[in-house]
Order: sequence, then C-alpha cells, then structure tokens
Amino acid sequence: MLGDKDRIFTNLYGLEDWRLPGARARGDWDGTRALLDKGRDGIIREIKDSGLRGRGGAGFPAGLKWSFMPRESDGRPAYLVVNADEGEPGTCKDRDILRHDPHKLVEGCLVAGFAMGACAAYIYTRGEFHREIRHLQAAIDEAYEAGLIGRNACASGYDFDVHVHRGAGAYICGEEMALIESLEGKKGQPRLKPPFPAAVGVWGCPTTVNNVETIAVAPEILRRGSSWFAGLGRPNNTGTKIFCISGHVNEPCNVEEEMGIPMRELIEKHAGGVRGGWDNLLAVIPGGASVPVIPRSVCDTVLMDFDSLKDVKSGLGTAAVIVMDKSTDIVRAIARLSRFYMHESCGQCTPCREGTGWMSRVMDRLVEGRAEIAEIDLLEEVTYQVEGHTICALGDAAAWPVQGLIRHFRPELERRVVENTLSDDGAPAAA
Amino acid sequence: MPTVTIDGLEVEVEAGATVLQACEQAGKEIPQFCYHDRLNIAGNCRMCLVEMENSPKPIASCAMPVGDGMVVHTNTPQVRKAREGVMEFLLINHPLDCPICDQGGECDLQDQAMAYGMDRSRYRENKRAVTDKDLGPLVKTAMTRCIHCTRCIRFATEIAGVEELGAFGRGEHMEVGNYVERSLTSELSGNIVDLCPVGALTSKPYAFAARSWELDATETIDVHDAVGSNVRVDSRGRAVLRVLPRLHEDINEEWISDKTRFANDGLRRQRLDRPYLRRGGRLESTTWADAFAAIADRLKTTDGDHIAAIVGDMACAESMVALKDLMTALGSPHVDCRQDGAKLETGVRASYLFNTMIAGIEEADACLLIGTNPRREAALVNARLRKRYLAGGFRVLSVGPDLDLTFPVARLGGGPEALAALAEGSLPASAELGDAARPMLVLGQGALARPDGSAVLGAARRIAERCGMARDDWNGFNVLHTAAARVAGLDLGLVPGEGGRDVSGILEGAGDGDIEAVFLLGADEIDTDGLGDAFVVYLGHHGDAGASRADVVLPGAAYVEKDATWVNTEGRAQLGQRAVFPPGDAREDWAVIRALSEAAGHALPYDDLAAVRARLADVAPWFGAPDEIWPATWGTFGADGAMDPRPFASPVSDFYMTDAICRASETMAACSARILGNNDAWDGAGARDDGADG
Repeated sequence: MLGDKDRIFTNLYGLEDWRLPGARARGDWDGTRALLDKGRDGIIREIKDSGLRGRGGAGFPAGLKWSFMPRESDGRPAYLVVNADEGEPGTCKDRDILRHDPHKLVEGCLVAGFAMGACAAYIYTRGEFHREIRHLQAAIDEAYEAGLIGRNACASGYDFDVHVHRGAGAYICGEEMALIESLEGKKGQPRLKPPFPAAVGVWGCPTTVNNVETIAVAPEILRRGSSWFAGLGRPNNTGTKIFCISGHVNEPCNVEEEMGIPMRELIEKHAGGVRGGWDNLLAVIPGGASVPVIPRSVCDTVLMDFDSLKDVKSGLGTAAVIVMDKSTDIVRAIARLSRFYMHESCGQCTPCREGTGWMSRVMDRLVEGRAEIAEIDLLEEVTYQVEGHTICALGDAAAWPVQGLIRHFRPELERRVVENTLSDDGAPAAA
Repeated sequence: MPTVTIDGLEVEVEAGATVLQACEQAGKEIPQFCYHDRLNIAGNCRMCLVEMENSPKPIASCAMPVGDGMVVHTNTPQVRKAREGVMEFLLINHPLDCPICDQGGECDLQDQAMAYGMDRSRYRENKRAVTDKDLGPLVKTAMTRCIHCTRCIRFATEIAGVEELGAFGRGEHMEVGNYVERSLTSELSGNIVDLCPVGALTSKPYAFAARSWELDATETIDVHDAVGSNVRVDSRGRAVLRVLPRLHEDINEEWISDKTRFANDGLRRQRLDRPYLRRGGRLESTTWADAFAAIADRLKTTDGDHIAAIVGDMACAESMVALKDLMTALGSPHVDCRQDGAKLETGVRASYLFNTMIAGIEEADACLLIGTNPRREAALVNARLRKRYLAGGFRVLSVGPDLDLTFPVARLGGGPEALAALAEGSLPASAELGDAARPMLVLGQGALARPDGSAVLGAARRIAERCGMARDDWNGFNVLHTAAARVAGLDLGLVPGEGGRDVSGILEGAGDGDIEAVFLLGADEIDTDGLGDAFVVYLGHHGDAGASRADVVLPGAAYVEKDATWVNTEGRAQLGQRAVFPPGDAREDWAVIRALSEAAGHALPYDDLAAVRARLADVAPWFGAPDEIWPATWGTFGADGAMDPRPFASPVSDFYMTDAICRASETMAACSARILGNNDAWDGAGARDDGADG
C-alpha cells in the first residue's frame, strides 16, 4: 500500500486550497527553474528512467514519446497538447486533477513542453467540465501573473504559453488524432498514421499528445528523481496511479495507489469492499469501458498494472475499476457499452461505422435471448472483423467488451437464448 | 529508391510512393473504394488492407508510405479474411437494389462483391435508410447506397475548389451532403458521378435511360469549349445517351465540365433534319436538289465581291476548308471565323495559341489573367490553374472582372489602364511577373472582342516580351479561346482576304445592300437582324438564330455525328469520330458544301473524307498529325494604338448557354435557372419527363 510520503496528488480530494499558495505549500512550483536546468535531454532521460507509461490508456512510455519530437526546429513551432477530454466511462481522475490540483498540470505542461521544445501547450478539455475549466484557467492566470509561465517562464529564459480549449462533447475527440483535428476546428475524425503527430500534428507542426495525469506527475518525478518513481510498482509498471473505483462497492472513490496493487486489496482497502462482500462479486471491468471484463475468479489474484491485466486478456486502460456484484445483468451491462460505442463511432471508416451498430443490435437481442446460439459465434466473429482493421482504436475498444463477455460469460448468453426459445415454444396459447 | 518485397517479388519504387502503388507496380491488384490517385488519401474504406511483416495489424496499403526493405503480403488468408470482413460491413447496410440502380453493371461494389462477398447475408437487423439530397439538376442521389468513401467530398473540395459537400452526423448516422440543400455550383460537379464507386450519386438526366452494356461507346472530342476535352460518347441506336470523360493527361486529365457531360439532350431537340426554303416569308421543307438550285440561281447572278461567309463556333476543320475553297472559287474575300469580332491575327501562329499548353500550366510559377474568366470559359483550364495553385508557389494576377476562380487572385485593375501600365512596366506587379522563372499570361476573348482588341493584343505581347514570357525555352503567352472552331479557322485562313470584310463589315455591308448573299456555317452568335435583305444560306444542325433568319437552310451534322477534326486552344489537332448518324436528311457539313459547289458550278476537287483531310494537311501540316503540338514561332503582332478605358468583361455570362446545342438542352436550361438564376431561358421544362421532348 502506498505510503503518504510517496503520494503525488496530495490534494486529490480537494480538502485543501487548490490555488497557487496552496499548491506551493504542497510543493508544486518548487524549484521548477532547477528542473528546467536539467536541460531537454536531462528531463527526457529522467522520465525514461522512471519508467513512466502514458496514463491515458495505451500505456506508451512517456519519455520515449517525448524523444520523438524533433531536436532541431525546421522553422515550424512545436506544441504540447494535453488530452483532458476525459470521456472514458468509469473514469474521473483527470477531472479531480483539474479541479483540485490544477497547478500540477500547469507546471507539468511547462516542464514537459520544455523537454520537447514546445512553444505552447494546448489543454483540450471536455466541454462539460465547466467548473474544472474555471479552476484550470484560474490556475493558468495565477501562473502567468507569478511569472511561472509566459515570457521567461520561471526566469529560465524560456517562453511558454498555456491555452485551454473546450471540446464539444464527442468521445472520439479523446483519440489523439481526432483531438488534433478537433483542435484545428475540424470534424473530430482520427487522421491516418503515419505521419505521426511528432512529425505532423496540430496545424502541421510537431506535436505530442499526453494525458493529464502523465503530464501532472512529471514535475514530481523530476523533483524526487527517477529512481524513486521506478522503485514503486513492478518493473515496466512503475510508479503510482490514480484508480477510479466505481460500481457496486461500498465507497466509490478515486485513489492514488502503487501500480501492481492486487485488485482485491485495492477494492477492499480503499472502496470499502464489494457490496455484500467479496463473494458477492460477479465481475470487474478493470480499466474503463474499453477493456474486456474479467470474472471474479480472475479478480481474486490479478494485480492492477499494465502487464498483469494484459496477461489475463484485459487491460489497465485508464484504471477505471468498474465493479459489478451478482445483482448485475452482465449482458445488459455490456450491451449498454456496445450502444455507447455505436453512438460514439465517428463513422469515418467502414468496420467501426458498420460493425458497432451490428454488435450493438445483436447485443440488445441477446439481453433477452432473442437470438440463436449460432449468433453468439457470429457476434464474436464480427468483433474480430472490426478489431485491428480500423483507423483508430475505437474499433478495438468496441470489440473488446463483447469479446470479454463471450469469453467469460458464454454459458449465461446460451442460457438466455435457450430459455427464450423454450418460453416461445412452451408458452401457453394466448388467453 | 526503396525496394520492397511484395508476395515474394522484389520491386523498386519511387520514394514517397504508397504500398498500394508498389503493389500495383508489382502487378498485384488491390481492391479499393476510397482511394483515387488524383485525390487526397482518406484511408477510410479499409478495403485495401494488406499484411506487412513486423506489423501486428493489417495496414491500409493506400495510406502507408513504402519503406526500404518492407515485406508485404497481399494474398494471405488473413488479408482475404480482413477484406471479406470489410466487404460484409459495406454490404450490411447497402440496399440490394442493383436491379433498379443506374450504377448496375459498372459498380465497383458489385464487382468487388464478386471477389470478396459472401453468398448470403448474415445480418438480421433492419437496414439503414438515408434521406436523399437535392444536389441540383445534374446529380441524382440515392444516399442509402452511399458507402462513405468521401471521394465526392474530396473532389469538390480539392479539384473543383468549392466547399459544398461534407459529411455530417457520426457513426451510423454519418451522411454525405451539403447540409443546406441547394444545387452544387461547380461547373465540374458531374465528375462526382464518375467518382462515386456505387450508385449513390448518379446522373440525373441519364436516370433509368439505359444499362451500360446496351451502349455503344465512341471516342471523340468535345466542342462546347475550346479545350478539346477527350470524351466517350455512349449511344444506343440514334440517340446519344451520355457523355463521359476519356483520359488525356495533357488536356482534361479525367474530368470534363458539366456542359460537356450534360448538354447531350440538346442533340435531340430543335434539330434541322431536312432542307428548308423560304417561300413567301415562311420556311418550308424542301429537297436537297431544290435547295441547291435556289442557292445556285442566286449565286449565278451575284458577283463574288457581294458574297460573304461567317463561320460559327463549332464548325469542324473539314467544313471550314471546303467553305474557304468555295469562297475562293466564287471570288469572295469576305470570310470570317471570328463571330465575336475578336481582333485575332493569322500572321503569327503563336499570337493565337495557348502556347504554354494546358499541362504546361503546372510548370509556370506566375500567371496574369487578362479579360478572362477561365472558370466559365474553359472550366478545365481553371481546374489546372487551381491544381497548380494547390502545389504552392504560384501567384495569379488579374486584369479584368472581379471573380471567384476557386483560388486567390490579385486583381490589378479592371481594364486597359492596368494593362498599359503593366506593358510599360510601371506597376510593381510587372517586376513580380518579370522575376518569376516561368511566368505566363492568359488573354481572354473578352479583352480581344472589342474595337481596340488589336491594341490589347499588342499590349499583351509587350507584357510577354517585357516579363520574359517569350523565350526560346518558355512561351508564356496564351490566348484562351471559347470557340472550338476558332484555332482551326485561323489556321485555315478563314479571315478576310485582300479587301475583305470582317464580321462587322459583312453585317454592315448586308445592311447597306453591298453584300447580297451570306453563307452562315453554323453561325448563330451574330446579330442576325443586321443581315438586312441579304440572301442568307445557313448550314448547321440546330434551328437557332441563324436558321430562323435564313432563306435556305441546309441541315448539317452535330459534332457527334461526323468524323471531323478540331484544333483546340493549344493548337492541338484532334480527330472526332461519328457516334451516331445525323437525323433525317442531314449530312456531314463538308459533303454538303462539296455538293453545293457542284450545283454552283465550282466543283471542289475532293470527293471523300481522305481527300478533304489531304487538303487540310496541305494547308497546315498539323492537321495531318493529330494530337501533336507543333511549335509556333514568336513574332510581332497586335497594334500599338490607344485603348478604350472601358473595363474588360468575360464573353461567357451564362456558362450553360453558350452554343446552339446547349440552348436546345433542357438540362442546361434547368442548370441556368437553378444554379445561375437565369429563369428566362427556362420554362420549368427540366422537371418534365425526358419522353416529352419532340
């Protein structure tokens, strides 16, 4: 269990002042100039050594990503784009960072932007985050006023601007390439890769897109040293992470914990345990709506980090732990997710546009068992026809929950089909 | 150059090429819907997936640039499965209405479903239905069939340069349309019909007219403007049902203008299908023999100096050379092919050609437009200018009307004042043009068809010489014609001879009674009231202005009805082929003139097409070398005189109504009314069924 001394987000619950004086009291903006003095290479090396992996879901090594940015400008400016379009169902960590610890993000923007040679950061926020944006903007204004960002930021001689952009409420705009399109004022549809954003990003300039949490933890890592961060968690899954525990638990919460904490410990220590006790657990979606569900048998032992969850054919995703007890209609729950993906597919490429609708409709019928047994196989085949064939990862995200359901709950699906068939056949003649 | 291995075959491809291009180079056919080599890459149909070693997922070959040492497999079970999956997705919401779909028989989706489709549908849900969009009189929509490849959107945005199409809604509800429903305003809009891989966008005038396999295709040349677009005319029996573009990289690439494509219904209306003779003030049908006799009678009593001929804008070279020879035999110097009065000269061939050539626009780096609206006068020249603009480093200046040409134009002035200043080098823009490595200018007919046209021509020549447009290695002087007949007419010398009268002189003479007989070869765009009491013979194919004034009407053949030669604005001779026969008694124009010459006692010395063509090649050798560009040498032309300060205006005010065929076309009338708002040409007839025409 993570000790208080190792906590990064010390105001996660908003119990203290989120403004600049409060943030400074908690250690933010402390010696930022010294951090910048490490130089671009020094910062990137430190982040690489820390083993920090992207907190937005895909888990790409952050230091490596930053190092893709061009060393020498060819005349184009470079940009840091912070993805605060937190729309993954079950996830609410960035929101708490924005409203309770905005200075961590602003400081992170400066440090990370400096490390990648960016002249400005654009924070693309989910439009619904009204109060959060006001906090964030207030924090940015404070930082400008205190000379922490802007011209000659932190007296380092480096000029750095931070802008907030409000999204208009599309899940797909959280995908990095669609986010870039949206930021440019276009329809939020993912662009093709390559070229990757580090070569051609916002307005055709080198860009790195990072999650809020990834950027917000960077200054603390630099201050405490990479070995401190790397010493937490497990190899390749280092550091701390904010987990969002929701669903059938006694005390749903956000909590910062060490990577690799056993799921059972996470739920029982921080969220007051599963409603009705661990034995009442049916299944958990461990990383936000897009990762496959895992049944209780797996939950007993699995560790909460990228590699452990991958080994059980799920994923850490955004670490949004959605707990479902035995009262859950698991088929209906997954069918609801399928409908979400149908609604949020951008419609650009064929497999996702057509496949999400197909999956959702079959899932809707399976809830009541209005299908044939063979259609379960058909559904599974459709998920594989979508997965890996689309421009962005939304196709995969739509396929995985259904795959997880079929993998672990096929008997439940078949039972419903059989019962539905029997009730049709055996039903008494209409009275 | 990177080397890639495709299905075990090593190929060397150009750097920057895509995997799809490499596959095609290796002879592997990759199925595709959204990819089009003249449009930006969208990568959204996912049909072109191939397997690449070291990539966990199949890649979209259209969007992936090649890298050295790449190993690609195009025919593994995994690839096949991926494509079958995509095909199934495309079909689940595609209606099974092929039997009533106009795309049937030439549908990419149909063809590829044969290769990758299943024999039955596994989709048990209801299919999606999408509201059709009203895109105007030319493009018919059946949006339920749309597979969202976005080719039409990309064409409109990139090539046509009008942002009138887009996708709205998302996921399953994504629809292609223009949001605010109104007609497409681009003059290239018909090309989206060709681009649409399915039957979502089809030709409205051609709707339900024929099946592709019933049609006879004839490759010929378009004459609605002076571009000389290469077209394919699809006919059934005696009817031309549609016109499609034919690839010619140097002229029209694979696009054609809407006038070229959709004016063909004009070929069925207002046709002259038998000779007419005016008796007692009324035109009455007659026989060829009587018509010729009437003309011969008149010519016998008329001295050659009182006979004149005016050539229209769609005349072929064969008929023009025959007319010229006949007029010479009759002793008349009063011949003119410049209906609009353009002050073009025949002395220096470079003075009336588009010397840079249409494809050459892509090599230019600055352009001056003088009194022209290329978008309306030659839509494909404008498309080429836009293509050059999109490639970057191309500055366009203009002296003339203020226009939206789909690319930015810096307007220097409206008329001759700015032109004179440029010729003297007293504008900053002169230096701008002079500093360009390959500057060009485009001189429109709007600047030449005025009394001071010669002075304008001279000023343009001086600008060309001052700004380095007339060099041995680069000729940037271009005249943009609007008439398909014009260059050949000038080549063949259909201009007033020694002491001869030009068009205005002929009309003046006819009014005075000095000109007693006037021969009109398809000339409809003149002031026919000015012909006074002259005896008028009209040879042409449509009952337009010329025929209604004529005393004798001789029915000729329209451009799709004859084997004939036209020379486009570049000076490129091209052979058209007969797709259908002329209606009724109508005959090929040169043969009519040949028969008339015999009746008039001056039999011309050629009896068949080969002999006429030999005569053409005799006059100008390029007529014997179709599709070749003959270098034109520079010389002195134009006058030095003062210019009238009146601003230049484009000769084409209504793009859809420029010649007799268009004026007879209901489709063009509907376009003119709905797109340009010119309702006087239209009585709502476009809404009628096609069967209602007479």
